[in-house]
Amino acid sequence: MRILVCVKRVPAPGSRISITADGLAVDTAFLGFTTSPHEECAVEAAVQLVEAHGGSATVLTLGPAEAEEQLRYAASVGVSNAVLLATDGADWDPQRTAAAITAAITAIEDRDGVFDLILFGNESADSGGFQVGVRVARHLDRPIVNGIKGISIADGIATLERPTDAGQEVYELTMPAVAGVKEGINLPRYPTLKGRLASKKVQIAIIEPSAKPGGQVLVRLEPPAELTTSTTMLGNGPDAAAAVVDLLEELGVLR
Amino acid sequence: MSGAVLVVLEHDRGTIAPAALEALTAGRALAAQLGTTLEALTVGSNGDSLVADAESFGADVIHQAHHALLTDYNPEAWGEVVAQMITATQPAVVLATGTDRGNEVLAQAAARCDSAFVANCLTFEPGQPGGTFGVTRVRWGGSLIERATVAGTGTGTGTGTATGTGTGTGTGTGTGTKLLTIAHHAVDASPAANPGAGTATVFEARLDPSVARTMIVARVERPAGVTLATAPVVVGGGRGVGSADGFAPLQSLADLLGGVVGCSRAVTNLGWRNHTDQVGQTGTRIAPDIYIACGISGAIQHWVGAMASKKILAINTDPQANMVTKSDYAVIGDLHQVIPAITAEIERRRAT
Repeated sequence: MRILVCVKRVPAPGSRISITADGLAVDTAFLGFTTSPHEECAVEAAVQLVEAHGGSATVLTLGPAEAEEQLRYAASVGVSNAVLLATDGADWDPQRTAAAITAAITAIEDRDGVFDLILFGNESADSGGFQVGVRVARHLDRPIVNGIKGISIADGIATLERPTDAGQEVYELTMPAVAGVKEGINLPRYPTLKGRLASKKVQIAIIEPSAKPGGQVLVRLEPPAELTTSTTMLGNGPDAAAAVVDLLEELGVLR
Repeated sequence: MSGAVLVVLEHDRGTIAPAALEALTAGRALAAQLGTTLEALTVGSNGDSLVADAESFGADVIHQAHHALLTDYNPEAWGEVVAQMITATQPAVVLATGTDRGNEVLAQAAARCDSAFVANCLTFEPGQPGGTFGVTRVRWGGSLIERATVAGTGTGTGTGTATGTGTGTGTGTGTGTKLLTIAHHAVDASPAANPGAGTATVFEARLDPSVARTMIVARVERPAGVTLATAPVVVGGGRGVGSADGFAPLQSLADLLGGVVGCSRAVTNLGWRNHTDQVGQTGTRIAPDIYIACGISGAIQHWVGAMASKKILAINTDPQANMVTKSDYAVIGDLHQVIPAITAEIERRRAT
């Protein structure tokens, strides 16, 4: 079983996002970075599948040299191979990103064999394009379904579960296949000390990506209009209960 | 006149998605802006039942895509149908719902047309200088707005050039169909003032049997009842709840109000609650009449999942917490004292 998981390095913004003076990027001067949440779960899913079925998991990212941090983190929880498509830090548009990742996957597969399963996050936390995985799957002519919160593998079939408002949908994709994973598919493990040490020894294959820009072009970033201008204080401690219940009556939720 | 604005109507085996009515509303405004017609697309013969909705929201033409394989939702088949409609009718814009399905279908269509696709737009500015098509769209789940230009099908590539800070600047110049989704809750659904009779026309899709590979093979129906996404009241707990057992008073209050319990991502990561209870960017987006947020600091991840609530009441020991300063109402205090007091007060009033 060969599994590839594609991840994105994103800022961890806490409660506030600042924009750079030129309006073209998030000001990350005082921010840490993390793996986009859906993709952190995709990494865990890949590791669990390899634990159950054997084989190996590979992690791939397109991003700045610093994205090595996210690749090493994936290695520290059990991924054995890492690939960095190193950019100069530019935020690549979805078409360009998908073209570069497709080219890298094709090169890796030509050398090492086909990935039975490729996992993406459903969408990235920052730019939220909802499309890179779909485009890569299309380029590779492999089936993909997004919104996946359950994966099991047997007899060359990946059975995928997708929760919806109405319940749950089940898909059966013949591998090689692709899935867009959502947070909630699992609770990602924390790296062990042994895992952290081992991750330092993992070789990172560096590829210089090349792809032409797509048709979505960032002009600038802006803060959204604040919805609430003032907060009405209902009181302090349990003494506020009467005011809270008055409010619930006023809103008509107390029936 | 330019091509139409074509709205892809999301439905589940003939039941229209609420977001599709928002898309029709946004599409109608965009069609008026472009001086063109509003058209709608339903996929599968079980979508034929959507004609009345499409008409009342102002669709002039309703294309009903039929094929034996279109019996249920199927991302590749739906994306292929949209791509074929683009070729057949050359719309100016294809607009779909900014939902899991809507974004997935347009990504499939865009991959097939090898054109740009911009997800979760808020506003449209079609007549930009130089003939470019501008949009604003959601980033970070709504914590940041991106102003962008989008190229259409055909000649659609941007003329982006990387600058020193590494961010592309340039303009999308494709002249063909623009593929866009409208963010859920960005507009309120409102029927057309004077709707005419729409023309329903069958579109015979040509589908390769291989698209059956992403067909739904089974379903598990959820038992009827209030869900986090639809509950009129949500009582949410964060790290401040202190433990899994600490959620008991929140559950009691939610039960009294006919609501449900939600939680922050921190709580899910601590293993106190299941991810299905998580409110947030990567959890469930809620829109209750009131969200009672207890012991929640209000990180962006959580806030964007809660901000569509009609009213928010924060209960927190920290008056400077983001959740408190952004809320409509706040109580400063320990949730473990405040919530039982609220519950007792409700029961007292009900007893009298």
